[in-house]
Amino acid sequence: MSNAMTMLGRNFKHTVRNPIAVFNSILFPVVLLLMFVYIFGGAFKVPGKYVDYITPGMIVMVISYGLSATALAVNSDMTKGIINRFKVMDISRSAVLSAHVVSSMLRNAIGIAALIGVAFLMGFRPAASASDWLAVIGLILLISFATSWLTVALGLVAKSPESAGMITVPLIMLPFLSSAIVPAETMGTGVRQFAEYQPFTPINEAVRGLLAGEPNTTSTVTAIAWCVGIALIGYVWSLSTFKKRA
Amino acid sequence: MTSSAITASGLRKAYKDKIVLDGIDLDVAAGTIFSLLGPNGAGKTTTVNVLTTLTKADGGTAHVAGHDVAAETKAVRAAIGVTGQFAAVDDLLTGRENLQLMANLKGLKSAEGKRVVDDLLQRFDLTESAQKMSATYSGGMRRKLDLAMTLIGKPQIIFLDEPTTGLDPRSRRTMWDIIRQLVADGVTIFLTTQYLEEADRLADRIAVLDQGKLVAQGTPAELKRQIPGSHVRLRFDSDAEFDSALRVLAGASRDGEEDLVLRVPSDGGAKSVRAVLAQLDAHYIEVEEFSVHTPDLDDVFLALTGRTSTKVDAK
Repeated sequence: MSNAMTMLGRNFKHTVRNPIAVFNSILFPVVLLLMFVYIFGGAFKVPGKYVDYITPGMIVMVISYGLSATALAVNSDMTKGIINRFKVMDISRSAVLSAHVVSSMLRNAIGIAALIGVAFLMGFRPAASASDWLAVIGLILLISFATSWLTVALGLVAKSPESAGMITVPLIMLPFLSSAIVPAETMGTGVRQFAEYQPFTPINEAVRGLLAGEPNTTSTVTAIAWCVGIALIGYVWSLSTFKKRA
Repeated sequence: MTSSAITASGLRKAYKDKIVLDGIDLDVAAGTIFSLLGPNGAGKTTTVNVLTTLTKADGGTAHVAGHDVAAETKAVRAAIGVTGQFAAVDDLLTGRENLQLMANLKGLKSAEGKRVVDDLLQRFDLTESAQKMSATYSGGMRRKLDLAMTLIGKPQIIFLDEPTTGLDPRSRRTMWDIIRQLVADGVTIFLTTQYLEEADRLADRIAVLDQGKLVAQGTPAELKRQIPGSHVRLRFDSDAEFDSALRVLAGASRDGEEDLVLRVPSDGGAKSVRAVLAQLDAHYIEVEEFSVHTPDLDDVFLALTGRTSTKVDAK
C-alpha cells in the first residue's frame, strides 16, 4: 500500500512536469468547450441552452482526452527499463498499475473541475439536486476508473510510446461520434446507428440527464453496464499483459 | 564468507526456436567479481535476467544468495540489486528524487532515507546535479545514478549488465573504481561485458559466453594461458649471434615481421624464461632486447569464439 502511494507521488510529479499531459487532459477540453459554445454552438439545434447541452458531453471528453497521457506513462515505464527495477525490488504489479489508474483518475478529476468551473462562468446552469450531483460524481468516477484500466492495458500492449499514443486515438475519437456535441438523432444514417450503440452515448445521456435534474434510468443503467464491462476487460487484460511483458 | 553467492547448473532458455542459453553452469564465490564476457547476442542479458528472477529458465537450476531463483523469488530479490543494460532512471525526476523514490520503495525511514540519499549523491559525485532532472544528465552521470539507485537497501549481490557500454574512457574508469570499492565492502559482483579489458582489469574470474554456451572459464591469467601462442621474443645485435641462438634454443623460430628477432615458445612463467636465458648465457650469446609476449584477452577471445572455436569445443 505504501508502495502504491510512493508510485502515485511519482506519477503525479510526472504529470506536473509533462506540459503535453497537462494540456491534453486539462486545458484542451476547456478550449474545445469555448470553441463549441462560442463558434459552432449557435449553428446546432439542441433542446435548451447549448452550454447546458454540451457541458455533460465535454465532461466525458475530459476523461477520454486524459487517456493518451495514461497510455504514454504506462508504456514508457515498460519500455524504459524502469519496470525491471521495480520488479526486482518486488514492487507488486498492482502497485505499479493501480498507481497509474489512480493518477489517471486524479488528472480527470482536476480536468473536470476546471471544465465545470469554466462552464459555470459561461452560463452553465444545471438543475441537478444534491443527490443528482452525487450520482454524477459516482458515475464520472466509474467511467474514469473503467477507461483508465482499459488504457493501462492499451499502454501495456503498445510496443513503443509512439504506438501507445496511436492506440488510444479510437478511444479519444469515440465521444465525437456520440451525443457529446450534438444529439445522435441529428446525425446521418450509419453514423447515427453507430452513435446510438456505442458506450459513450448512453454515458453522455446518463450524465446529461442527471445534471438536468431529469435522470434517464435506461441510459444510466446502460452506462453503468458498459463501465463495469470495460473495467473488467481493462483490468484482466492489464494484469495478463503485464505478466507476459515484464 | 567463502560460500558461493551464485550457482547455476544446466540453465537453458529458448525464445521460440532460437536457443539463447544452452546449458550454463556457474559458480561465483561470495565477495568476488565475476565477469561474463561475450559478444552481443551471446546470451549475457538473458543470463542476468534468469539469475535476477526477471525471466524463467526453460531448464536447469540457479541459486542466488542460497535461494532458488525460480521458487524463492522474494528471498532472491531481497538480496540482490540490478543495474540493467539501459539506465533505468526516471527521466522526469531529479537525481535526488530518483534516489528518494528507491529509498521510499525500500521502506527506509525518512531520516535514514535522506542520509542514505545524501551519502550516495556525494559518493557518486552527483551532489551538484542532484536538483536537475535526470533527463539532462550525461551518459556517465545516468549510469552512476542508476548504480546509486541499485545500492539503496544495501544488496549483497549486485548484477551489472554492461555497466560501461557507451561510456567515454574517463567515465568508464570512474565506474571501475566504484565497482572495485563495492567489492572491498564485501559485495559480490556479477558483471557482464563485451570489453575484454574490463573483464581483465576487474574480474577475479571470467566466463566466456558464446552463442549460449560457456566456452571457457577461469581467472584472467588462466584464460590467457589456455591458448597457445605465448612466447619469448629475443632480439640480437648480429647475424652471428642470431644464428647461434637459433641453433641452441629448442623450438626457436624467426619472427615473421622483424629481422634478428627470434620467437621461443614459452608459457611466460619465470622458470621457462630462466631456462632460455641460462642456455644463452652458457653459449655466451648476447641478447640485445628481451620480452615475454602473453596473449591479451583479445587473443583469447578470438581463439575461443572465432577461429579456433572448434578446438575448444573438442576439449
